[in-house]
Amino acid sequence: MSTSSSPYDVAIIGAGIVGCAMARRFTLEGARVVLLEKATDILDGASKANSAILHTGFDAPVGSIEVGCVQAGHEEYRQIYRDFGLTLDECGAHVVAWSDEEVAKLEQIQQQAVDNNVMDTRLITGEELRKVEPNLSDRALAAIAVPRESLIDPWSSPYAYLQQSLMNGGEVMLSCEVTGGRFDGNEWKLETTQGLVRAKHVVNCAGLYGDLVNSSVFGQAPFTITPRKGQFVVYDKAASRLAHSVILPVPTARTKGIVLFRTVFGNLAVGPTAEDQQSRTDSSIDTETLQSLMAAGEAIVPALKGMPVTATYAGLRPATEFKDYQISADAANNWITVGGIRSTGLSGALGIAQYTYGLYRNMGADHTALTDPAIPTARVLTDIANRDWKEKDHGEIVCHCELVTRREIEAALSGPLAAKSLAGLKRQTRVTMGRCQGFFCSARLAELTEGQFVIPMAEGVDK
Amino acid sequence: MIDLTTPIDVAIIGGGPSGLAAATTLKAAGVARVVVLEREPDAGGIPRHCGHPPFGAREFKRIYTGPAYARKLVQTARAAGVEIHCLTTVVQARPEGELLLAVPEGQQVINARRVIYATGVRETPRSARLLGGMRLQGVVNTGALQSMVFLKHMRPFKRPVIVGTELVAISAVSTCTHAGIRPVAMVEPDPRPTARWPFTLYPRLKGVPLHLNTRPVAIHGEKTVSSLEVEDADGTRRHIDCDGVLLSGMFTPESTLGRMGHLEVDPATGGPVVDQFGRCSDPAYFAAGNLLRPVETAGWCWSEGRRTGARVADDLKGKLLKGTQTVPVSVEGPVLKYVMPQRLNLKVSRGKDVLQLRLNDIAKGQIIATSGGKTVGQWQVNSRKERRILLAISRLDQSAITGPVTLTFTPA
Repeated sequence: MSTSSSPYDVAIIGAGIVGCAMARRFTLEGARVVLLEKATDILDGASKANSAILHTGFDAPVGSIEVGCVQAGHEEYRQIYRDFGLTLDECGAHVVAWSDEEVAKLEQIQQQAVDNNVMDTRLITGEELRKVEPNLSDRALAAIAVPRESLIDPWSSPYAYLQQSLMNGGEVMLSCEVTGGRFDGNEWKLETTQGLVRAKHVVNCAGLYGDLVNSSVFGQAPFTITPRKGQFVVYDKAASRLAHSVILPVPTARTKGIVLFRTVFGNLAVGPTAEDQQSRTDSSIDTETLQSLMAAGEAIVPALKGMPVTATYAGLRPATEFKDYQISADAANNWITVGGIRSTGLSGALGIAQYTYGLYRNMGADHTALTDPAIPTARVLTDIANRDWKEKDHGEIVCHCELVTRREIEAALSGPLAAKSLAGLKRQTRVTMGRCQGFFCSARLAELTEGQFVIPMAEGVDK
Repeated sequence: MIDLTTPIDVAIIGGGPSGLAAATTLKAAGVARVVVLEREPDAGGIPRHCGHPPFGAREFKRIYTGPAYARKLVQTARAAGVEIHCLTTVVQARPEGELLLAVPEGQQVINARRVIYATGVRETPRSARLLGGMRLQGVVNTGALQSMVFLKHMRPFKRPVIVGTELVAISAVSTCTHAGIRPVAMVEPDPRPTARWPFTLYPRLKGVPLHLNTRPVAIHGEKTVSSLEVEDADGTRRHIDCDGVLLSGMFTPESTLGRMGHLEVDPATGGPVVDQFGRCSDPAYFAAGNLLRPVETAGWCWSEGRRTGARVADDLKGKLLKGTQTVPVSVEGPVLKYVMPQRLNLKVSRGKDVLQLRLNDIAKGQIIATSGGKTVGQWQVNSRKERRILLAISRLDQSAITGPVTLTFTPA
């Protein structure tokens, strides 16, 4: 904490995917960074649920900030993932037309890809499509193949970004909600639930609460967040052999539509829906919607019928009244707002951080970039790579469905980003995220996590 | 690591009642090396955390609690010369008895002449039930509750709603009582409880009100569970205040290894496709116990394990007959839920071989077996849903079977 010593160069509000990438970028550029997160665990808002796809930006609005960030982010991810030990499953995507009307739109989508400088898409016939995706319904008429759309680990990646910041001098404060602040022309004094935090600049990446943070400080915000809920159904791992690439629909003006995609953890998922709502916390799911998602999935891949469901979840995207990302610098106040990252945050994060650092530099601030920054080793949670259970002395396998070892759990329960909630532990290790959803391992986990969680999994019977 | 200097005759995946019974029977039949692979720290299976009697009447002519019964099974197997390897997870089951294991030292591949797949069942979690609402802690299955209470002396809630009225829900009430948990209600979508009288009296005896015709809709709460929203038969919705939800029953075979591997899986039972000897689509693999179909008692699984063990011993000696002809058996229509076995070797069955069926609903009438347009068997039934129905294979006119056998139900 820096109340008595010198102020931080930058306080970043919100440890979502964007905040983690932001902390990394500013640290690498040589800034003294503190990342403030109101939850007990990072990635606890919009970032806790997404479709885990690294997009190319082929279908983003031409000339938008979004497409620039997504493409820069995609590019940077490709540069760093091997060194970090992260995953990249280059499965590609197909935008599939299911009606003549949609077929007519494919050319326009391909043109948009070209305008976005994605030159490697191809228009293919239904027959060609079924050669590469034999389980797809024969109602598929034609498609655009988008080769570089890829799958990544949506939690290990931002964890690794933040880890790199921490390894190179960045700091993080958890359970630290920003409630207000004053700028004296020289530095910010942010009021937080952990006391005063002083910083010369502030970057607001508060996601679903981005507008509220700005309002708490300035009395107004340049946009209003209207959370857009997306529900997902995740099928058993046996389903993952039914589709290789990401199966996208022809998008509408409002949403990319319902996507069928594999995950790097070996599942097959279908979603998201797009339901606008006022609540920033209500990520409830409902039976009828889940059933309609399953029907949509079965319409795409008929063999999904009867396939067991492993998980159901909903995420909230921080949508605003604007289509594009809302990133703006208030030079007079040393404040940058990064908001409205509504659906491509995972792809765009590293690019958004580059873009934001550019705005920061334009405000006259600059540092000397680190010459030889330490590189983190990301957690390996995908079966494509060498999981911990294959290594000796992993202790025991605690979660049998996802083959999570005791050593992995103990690691996630220690250090500056130690899981303080079951949800946080799940994101770090995948415990209970498999088909039994904790039937077999909950008791062992309750024992291993005793005294670690803010809300314990269970309490001693004698209490 | 498992010693590989001596060849493994039979590897058994899962050290519950059926796996241990199969292993013990194999040793008694003179099979040299029988290895049980158990992923938990101790063998014994689900009974390890069922703190209540009655277990063991069929097997040991005595009444035990679950944990004592589990210990007895393990002792019996060890005394017979069975090797039990705990903390050993089978990650992949490959053709011809090759298994990829995760052991505390890392990974290991073993080969066995025969494999018995005995991984049991689990309850359906919240996700696969498509239950709505928030995803919160404090929503658990009975299996998880029982392991918390009986193995770890912990409890995940104090005032849960219990969903379901299968026998396991009744035992959950007992588990709750043991741990000082006071269930606030038991809800059942059907007009009557699934478990048999007089078990259904028990919740009321413990002061747990039973709500029939009541369907769970959504779980509410911010950080922890605050209520379960339910819907009555007339569509009225209301909230039951609680601090947790116990999702009981709706058992499903733990057949991942088959599903992910090369064994044929029956979507109706959720378990592997087997013939009347328990032999899977890869003849190096057999299956026994609740993996075959949801769900029977430990004693039933133990008997099944013994029978399968005996068949595998015969098979190793070359004495298990393939039969002159093998035909598929399946069910048709909305009433019959499944039939197991799903394949029949004709003219080699022994007296006790049966077809196991269950119903989707209460039904009284006739089950008729047809093959090639001819009736090849018929049985009277009068049963509630989720009750075991056994049809003797000896009652089939096997000489009249010319192809696939289909079972249909005709109401009385």
